[in-house]
Amino acid sequence: MLFTSLPFVIFTAVLIAVYYLLVPRNERWGLLLIASLAFYFFADPRYLLFIGVTALTAYVLAIITEDYNAKRKAYLKANKENFDSDSKKKYKAVTARVSRLMLVLALLINLGILAATKYTNFVIETIGAIRNQEVNFVNVIIPMGISFYTFQTVSYSIDISRGTIKAQRSFWKFLLFVSFFPQLVQGPISRYGDLSQTLYEPKRFELRNVSYGFIRILWGYFKKLVIADRLVIGLKTLTETPDEYRGAYVFVVMMLYAAQLYCDFTGGIDITIGIAQMLGITVKENFDLPYFSKNIKEYWNRWHITMGTWFTDYIFYPLSVSPTMLKLSKWSRQHLGNAIGKRVTVYISCFCVWLATGIWHGAAWHFVVWGLMNFVVIMASQELEPLYAKFHNKFGFKGRKWYSAFEILRTFLLMSSLKLFDCYRDVGMTFRMFGSMFTTFNIGKLFNGSLLEIGLTRGDYTVAVIAVVIVFLVSLYKKLRGRDVREMLFERYHLFVLCCVVLFLATMVFGAYGMGYDASQFIYNQF
Amino acid sequence: MDELIEILKDLHSDVDFETCTTLIDDKILDSFDIVSIVSEVNDRFDVTIPAKELVPENFNSAKALWDLISRLEED
Repeated sequence: MLFTSLPFVIFTAVLIAVYYLLVPRNERWGLLLIASLAFYFFADPRYLLFIGVTALTAYVLAIITEDYNAKRKAYLKANKENFDSDSKKKYKAVTARVSRLMLVLALLINLGILAATKYTNFVIETIGAIRNQEVNFVNVIIPMGISFYTFQTVSYSIDISRGTIKAQRSFWKFLLFVSFFPQLVQGPISRYGDLSQTLYEPKRFELRNVSYGFIRILWGYFKKLVIADRLVIGLKTLTETPDEYRGAYVFVVMMLYAAQLYCDFTGGIDITIGIAQMLGITVKENFDLPYFSKNIKEYWNRWHITMGTWFTDYIFYPLSVSPTMLKLSKWSRQHLGNAIGKRVTVYISCFCVWLATGIWHGAAWHFVVWGLMNFVVIMASQELEPLYAKFHNKFGFKGRKWYSAFEILRTFLLMSSLKLFDCYRDVGMTFRMFGSMFTTFNIGKLFNGSLLEIGLTRGDYTVAVIAVVIVFLVSLYKKLRGRDVREMLFERYHLFVLCCVVLFLATMVFGAYGMGYDASQFIYNQF
Repeated sequence: MDELIEILKDLHSDVDFETCTTLIDDKILDSFDIVSIVSEVNDRFDVTIPAKELVPENFNSAKALWDLISRLEED
């Protein structure tokens, strides 16, 4: 059931109506669980087995861990006079070891399922390429949203092991956390500590929540159907026949893909958060005006935020502060000097994070290289920081409006260049195409009507440009005013209603669906 | 506390660590800085800050970080 399909819209509308009109407040989470399982069942009944095993193992192991820790803690408290400092430490170390063992078991099972389903063919292909042999791929089911729900479950298991959250004692409630349908397709990657605060509590109908959620859903569909699904047609032509479209066309690919990916991904997240909000549930924001970032680090703090914080909290930090890394850090500072030495472990951890980020995005080498290229750019910008500071101090550009605009444009172009890996889906081809921008001077071709032969008409360009300008202005409003445009509209409710009507009509009239269009799945659904 | 301020000043000499209470919220310290701090603290105070303590509340101010170090020393 595609988010952009009529059955999904009807499914969601009926759910919201039944949720508020027929189901008692305390039982509403139960309806959400049934809806989530139904959503998954209609996608493919076999998926339920995978998500069920993941949820069950994480649930059981969390309870065992929590109960064991509580028992040990109670014993320690009751017999504290029998423990001196050393024996207390030893006792705690045993508790921690068992807790770690449960965690390792949970991670092995759940990351094992993810690896087996998503990466088996990637490994077969890679081994075949190394041996220069033909390979036979195996037929593996890849459950929808497996990367997202596995990461949610893994974060739950780690947080339980750390003792930062309390285990959910109801399996059905826990299953809802893992399978909550709006975010199953493409995230955000929620943490149990955040989502559980509103997921199970009795909800009452609130006009503000329902209105905010509704307009956000419309906004998401507008971005997805009017911009993303329209531009994808042109992008396909340009990237599937790359030898015909080199040089300046690659720049066009960069611009179209920057708009398409942004509208596709944020559009999907808008629909997700909008549905959740209509149901009275708060889901973490996944974007914070990423295209206004002034450097790559800031960009990654604003784009796919829940994924970035997941990798920071569960890979970067644990790896960086592990005993081995701390020893290495000490050694490198002693032998390489303080300045270089203290960066060694940070960069090793950063490398691991970006390697994992690349692999998480997909079982293909272009994703791996994309991840590592991000690492290279982050490392380079980190190393060049003192030079930038010197430059800024000397010329006093920092903080000036025109210089901020330059920094934003520079970051946008840099990130759009890296996204080319995702466009061409071939490492060699991406480098060749990127290089062609500087070797093939054919900018004139862009103005001889050739861009009207890639599947987009003048009308398509006009609609897309106007829609992108609207998206930009809405983002600019938030940037300048520091608040969402919905808040301003909600204060003038007639304007709010008018905007909903206009958005609905605009999406119906200008949306890229129906005859001649192929309603496409969200890009992040494949992850 | 002075030694801790010194560690922090090494990272950002232009920040008033004595008074600032929004080091994470205002994005003054990033994840790279936090790892550097943990590593320095490990050396100078002989305290290991585990990953689960790397949360904004513990790093938003020098005082919060000092409290964390003191708590871990007691443990």
